[in-house]
Amino acid sequence: MNAPETLSRWTRPESSRVPFWAYTDAQLYRQELDKVFYGRHWCYVGLEVEIPNVGDYKLSWVGERQVIMVRDRVAPRDRGIDPGIRVVENRCAHRGVRFCQQPHGNARSFVCPYHQWTYKLNGELAGLPFKDGVKDGDCVNGGMPADFDLKANGLTRLRVEVLHGLVFATFSEEAEPLADYLGPKVMPWLDRIFKGRQLSLLGYNRQRIPGNWKLMMENIKDPYHPGLLHTWFVTFGLWRADQKSRMVMDDHGRHAVMISRRNDGGENKTVTEGVTSFKANMVLNDDRLLDVVPEPWWKVPDPSTPGADIMPTVTMITLFPSLIIQQQVNSLSTRHIVPRGEGEFDFVWTHFGFADDTPEMTRRRLRQANLFGPAGFVSADDGEVIEFSQDGFRQWGEDGSTLCELGGTGTGGTEHMVTETLIRSMYAYWRKVMGL
Amino acid sequence: MSETLMLQLEINQLNADYAAALDERRFDDWPGFFLEDGQYIVQARENFDRGLPLALIALESRGMMKDRVYGVTQTIYHGPYYTRHVVGPARVLPVLDGDERGLVRAQSNYAVFRTRPGDSSEVYNVGRYIDEIVRTADGLRLRSRRCIYDSEMVLNSLIYPI
Repeated sequence: MNAPETLSRWTRPESSRVPFWAYTDAQLYRQELDKVFYGRHWCYVGLEVEIPNVGDYKLSWVGERQVIMVRDRVAPRDRGIDPGIRVVENRCAHRGVRFCQQPHGNARSFVCPYHQWTYKLNGELAGLPFKDGVKDGDCVNGGMPADFDLKANGLTRLRVEVLHGLVFATFSEEAEPLADYLGPKVMPWLDRIFKGRQLSLLGYNRQRIPGNWKLMMENIKDPYHPGLLHTWFVTFGLWRADQKSRMVMDDHGRHAVMISRRNDGGENKTVTEGVTSFKANMVLNDDRLLDVVPEPWWKVPDPSTPGADIMPTVTMITLFPSLIIQQQVNSLSTRHIVPRGEGEFDFVWTHFGFADDTPEMTRRRLRQANLFGPAGFVSADDGEVIEFSQDGFRQWGEDGSTLCELGGTGTGGTEHMVTETLIRSMYAYWRKVMGL
Repeated sequence: MSETLMLQLEINQLNADYAAALDERRFDDWPGFFLEDGQYIVQARENFDRGLPLALIALESRGMMKDRVYGVTQTIYHGPYYTRHVVGPARVLPVLDGDERGLVRAQSNYAVFRTRPGDSSEVYNVGRYIDEIVRTADGLRLRSRRCIYDSEMVLNSLIYPI
């Protein structure tokens, strides 16, 4: 699609109508990469548990830039303050080669195959061939200029912060510290899952979705659809509008948590009547697929009611711009959004458990993983509707817009799920960042 | 020799019938290729190679397979598509220590193409079946089928069995 010469501008004061060009404009997307993914935001790159040993690395992405997350050596005196995780760009400082091609591995140093430029695990340039020239009798041929500074020619090193085993990185020197970036309203919900726990890695699922990356964030900021699109959620009471729920967001409206507590499902005409995805008589042939066992950590002091406890069965956390963290009963995953142009993104699921899980709990988490991912009983259709959304936007063009006015046009938290407030709040923030 | 050839032929026939059931969308027939407590796993090669247990689909009984069929036909919203399975000849593998008598281990390569209405065909999922097969009164049945796929990306979603 050809982008217009001048971009359309957001014409309304509120953010309850999102113009189709926010999803389809290629020029705008290039600006998003700079302002959102390479700007003052922290992007998820992986889990600490993926690289347990010194030299372990894995390839990841910040926007469209491929990066290497690696565990560096740490001097004994720094061990208390430096987790040793580095994130460097996978692009040689010499000729721009994306030099690391193995998706994961262990390295003593990184060497670009083209001219053997060699980097330390922290991205500093360690050396390069013929730097001081090549001796030929009494003279020296070539070599780098005398003032060539190894220190000034390393890999691009991103700022890194590790929170409870989650690794975030940013290209920006101006981004606020990670804890401030996430904010005190979201943090308790990250603490609930991760704080003080050792994770265990269960594995990956990867899917390529032909839709704009923001549609995935919206999908997990949209509590309206799960009890309508997803039969399993409405029929088995995993997520539906008659549940006790709460929508939380940070002060900027960019991050969010959808919190809810499952009920017994079944008939409740106010949320099931006329809902074709509700299957009143559906029973599982093998109910081990939904063998839910509550875990002690589900129950926490309620951040908004001092003295009271809260025990959600599901928390869906969206951390702008590119991470979703899922707890749905016993299934846990991070979902990483990797944009690939305005009309496509990769969606990488990393399922995890805890190091002290019993074999039965691990088994249970793996069974419940059948609900999620690119083939999941309740997730496969999310990718499908995102694709069809993008198709719809593309076929109309410039002056169309989506409508998200469930619960009004304002932004703010709620104690129910019959609202699209989290989508509106994300776009209110996004407009500011994009200057639209 | 002729016994091995015969067995290969039987497994190839099993695979052909299995592929036909899926491609002809006779999904209700699909659990019948397995034992009652048969296993069906679709797993990314990266997890398989690294010993990570997560699978894309992991079913542990015919009952779970029936639940999957119900999902595929009734509950998982998706754009319609045809599949076409192309399954290579089976390699019969040596049995392992501790295998029960009569267990057959086999492996076959497969490619599944997807065709959506109004679209050209595309390579959808490519990998190998790693099978444990037993002979029953009704013929060969799968005790376990693991579909280990090379494809690094699922093209949006994977709905029907592989």
